[in-house]
Amino acid sequence: MSETTRIIPKPKKNKIGLWFIYSALLLIYIWAFSGMGLPEIKQTAGQISKAIFSGIFHPDWNYISEPGGEDLLHGLLDTLAIAILGTFISAFLCIPFAFWSAANMSKGRAIPSFGKFALSFIRTFPELVMAIMFIKAVGPGSFAGVLALGLHSIGMLGKLFSEEIENMDSGPTEALIATGANRIQTLWFAIIPQVIPGFLSYTLYRFEINVRSATILGVIGAGGIGTPLIFALTSRDWNRVGIILIGIIVMVTMIDLISGYLRKKFI
Amino acid sequence: MIEFIDVSKTYPNGFQGLKKINLKIEKGEFVVIVGLSGAGKSTLLRSINKLNEITDGEILIDGISITDATGADLRRIRRDIGMIFQNFNLVKRSTVLRNVLSGRVGYHSTWRTIFGLFPKEDENLAFDALERVNILDKAYTRADQLSGGQQQRVSIARALAQEAKIILADEPVASLDPLTTKQVMDDLQRINQELGITTIVNLHHVELAKEYATRIIGMRAGEVVFDGPAAKADDETFAEIYGQGIKESGLLGESVS
Amino acid sequence: MNPEQKRTIPPSPSKIKGYITAILFIILIWGSSVKTESSIGEFIVGFPNIMDLLGQMFPPNWGYFNNITDAMLETIRMAVIGTTFGAILSIPVTLFSASNLVQNAWIFYPVRFILNLIRTIPDLLLAAIFVAIFGLGSLPGILSLTVFSIGIIAKLTYEAIESIDQGPLEAMTAVGANKIQLIVFGVIPQVLAYFISYILYTFEINVRAAAVLGLVGAGGIGLFYNKTLGFLEYDKASSIILYTLVVVLFIDFISTKLREKLI
Ligand SMILES: Nc1ncnc2c1ncn2[C@@H]1O[C@H](COP(=O)(O)OP(=O)(O)O)[C@@H](O)[C@H]1O
Ligand SMILES: [Mg+2]
Repeated sequence: MSETTRIIPKPKKNKIGLWFIYSALLLIYIWAFSGMGLPEIKQTAGQISKAIFSGIFHPDWNYISEPGGEDLLHGLLDTLAIAILGTFISAFLCIPFAFWSAANMSKGRAIPSFGKFALSFIRTFPELVMAIMFIKAVGPGSFAGVLALGLHSIGMLGKLFSEEIENMDSGPTEALIATGANRIQTLWFAIIPQVIPGFLSYTLYRFEINVRSATILGVIGAGGIGTPLIFALTSRDWNRVGIILIGIIVMVTMIDLISGYLRKKFI
Repeated sequence: MIEFIDVSKTYPNGFQGLKKINLKIEKGEFVVIVGLSGAGKSTLLRSINKLNEITDGEILIDGISITDATGADLRRIRRDIGMIFQNFNLVKRSTVLRNVLSGRVGYHSTWRTIFGLFPKEDENLAFDALERVNILDKAYTRADQLSGGQQQRVSIARALAQEAKIILADEPVASLDPLTTKQVMDDLQRINQELGITTIVNLHHVELAKEYATRIIGMRAGEVVFDGPAAKADDETFAEIYGQGIKESGLLGESVS
Repeated sequence: MNPEQKRTIPPSPSKIKGYITAILFIILIWGSSVKTESSIGEFIVGFPNIMDLLGQMFPPNWGYFNNITDAMLETIRMAVIGTTFGAILSIPVTLFSASNLVQNAWIFYPVRFILNLIRTIPDLLLAAIFVAIFGLGSLPGILSLTVFSIGIIAKLTYEAIESIDQGPLEAMTAVGANKIQLIVFGVIPQVLAYFISYILYTFEINVRAAAVLGLVGAGGIGLFYNKTLGFLEYDKASSIILYTLVVVLFIDFISTKLREKLI
């Protein structure tokens, strides 16, 4: 976020522009709300909310660890493993994309623009849809989830990495070229050392996001804690829903803390 | 020996940075190029190792044209030319040693350098170079933890480890304070005298030029307007290089009567 | 005698820490691949299936665009409404989270704690829960986007408030302004542009999110993924993806332009 929050006072003359924006907003809202109609709230809604809350406050503690292994800890561990491996794969795969889309790595503008578009496309392709497709390829289970996260995360990581490359100092590159280094040596000695800390930090940031995403993959059968959660939700086993939610919240919070600590160390 | 034959440079926007330059710089000379900001000093210096491509004429290094050289041939010529920049251009997050060793990469295969398999002699060269500029004790320190003067000495060590026959320095002291300026310039002078490395330095400071140069080249608007031994450069000469304004500006120091 | 022994080369730093980190990292990756039963072999075996699938996705079924336009519009509506409600609700949350407005740590820490709790739950998970409560439809989608938006907008905005120029606030306190006057005349002018910019940013995220909420039954175009993929109609699925891409890029473009104007 920007350091300074001071706002430069705008001259009054764009009043017409403002009115235009206000009217546009008004129209958008009229359109949005009139299209929705009045929500029909199921009569059971209150009951179910109450049941969920009571489930959260009376969680099914036994589910944390069960002899069969189909328990919360295994589910969370599986979720974590999906996120770790998916992030790892995407951190590697996004590197060529990042160099491809960084404006200072090629002469013209066409090549990086095309790379940026490709990354945009990958980002918009929903990870759940990717997961469904990978399930067709490798069968249901965590591996499909890993592949989906690994592919989908390229979109965001590639963009962040390419911005890191664009922001680096070109001085060392020039110095290496002047010593007679070839392109690969210049890359390795001048560019990589500069961008690695940023890459690591962004990878951790994406890992935080992927842990969250991995909790939901189970909904479509791609492994993780989402599978038992959706079972518990459909079978209205609120106490189990409660313990799973608590488990997710605790895990995500811990990961955020650890990852945040590591990220501070890198920069 | 460096030879400029009718060298001209026109930037893509049409601006003429160098106009028909003809120069010969002999081995072992300590040349200082002076001139106003924008006179074309950097353009001239950077054309010697082809960081800037000239648009006309030819530059010969020991009789070989760098102007025509490309690919591996070009890298081979560059390997013999060390460069020192105003902003040091070190990899800030790497150690001093790694920065100095990066001067050696031109000598080895890509794979060898990527895996960090520099031969023992290279490390010795790096340590020698660091010792010569008096920062051997900082070998394993990260470059960004050094002061500006120390960083510039690391970049000199990089050029030394490169076993350069020519050192080009583009305003090497412009971002340093007077004391470190003297240390860095002394280092350059000592290296020039002890190792016989041809040294070409861009400066905009007349006093420094007179103190260190064996030969001064004055530039103005892309042309060489003075070229001679430092002893022959008097106030009139500098007035011509810098325009008459220099007498009032006090740039000449005491010599203004 | 070697010449290098005459000088004192500083000892090279120990590399043990690096080795340990590397080993731990390899164990982590290896363990994860065992746990998820990932194998490159399986991927290679399954690869033709993926190519086959991609083959079936092209060309997209262009005619299908007509069928899904209504759902696309519903998706945008959900994002608009969810973002708006989220923005409104995030105002009080923001004010109570900013440590320079509420000097009482007993207030801003608990509020921030709840804010962080909200941020741990992904939008799709919220949607799945709301679907369980309210049934299928766009209502649970809107609610989950609302809650999700609070998490983003409130966090960004309270951080902006904490970094504002304290000068005007102190000057106003000195002339005896009360809390509300302080906020209206001292804080809002300084952060309004940021607040609006964060709302737009959240809107961009919400459009993408709303496009998949349907997968858990929370309305919008995502419902059609279930329909088409369930019946193996991949050409239709790719139409949905392309349509979403066009809409998302268009909205991103406008929103980014507006945000650049704001700040
Ligand atoms: N890339 C460029 N494109 C156009 N003009 C340039 C470029 N680089 C330098 N110049 C111009 O060439 C002239 C000489 O620049 P330079 O060699 O950097 O001067 P000096 O180093 O003596 O200060 C300046 O007028 C500068 O504006
Ligand atoms: Mg210059």
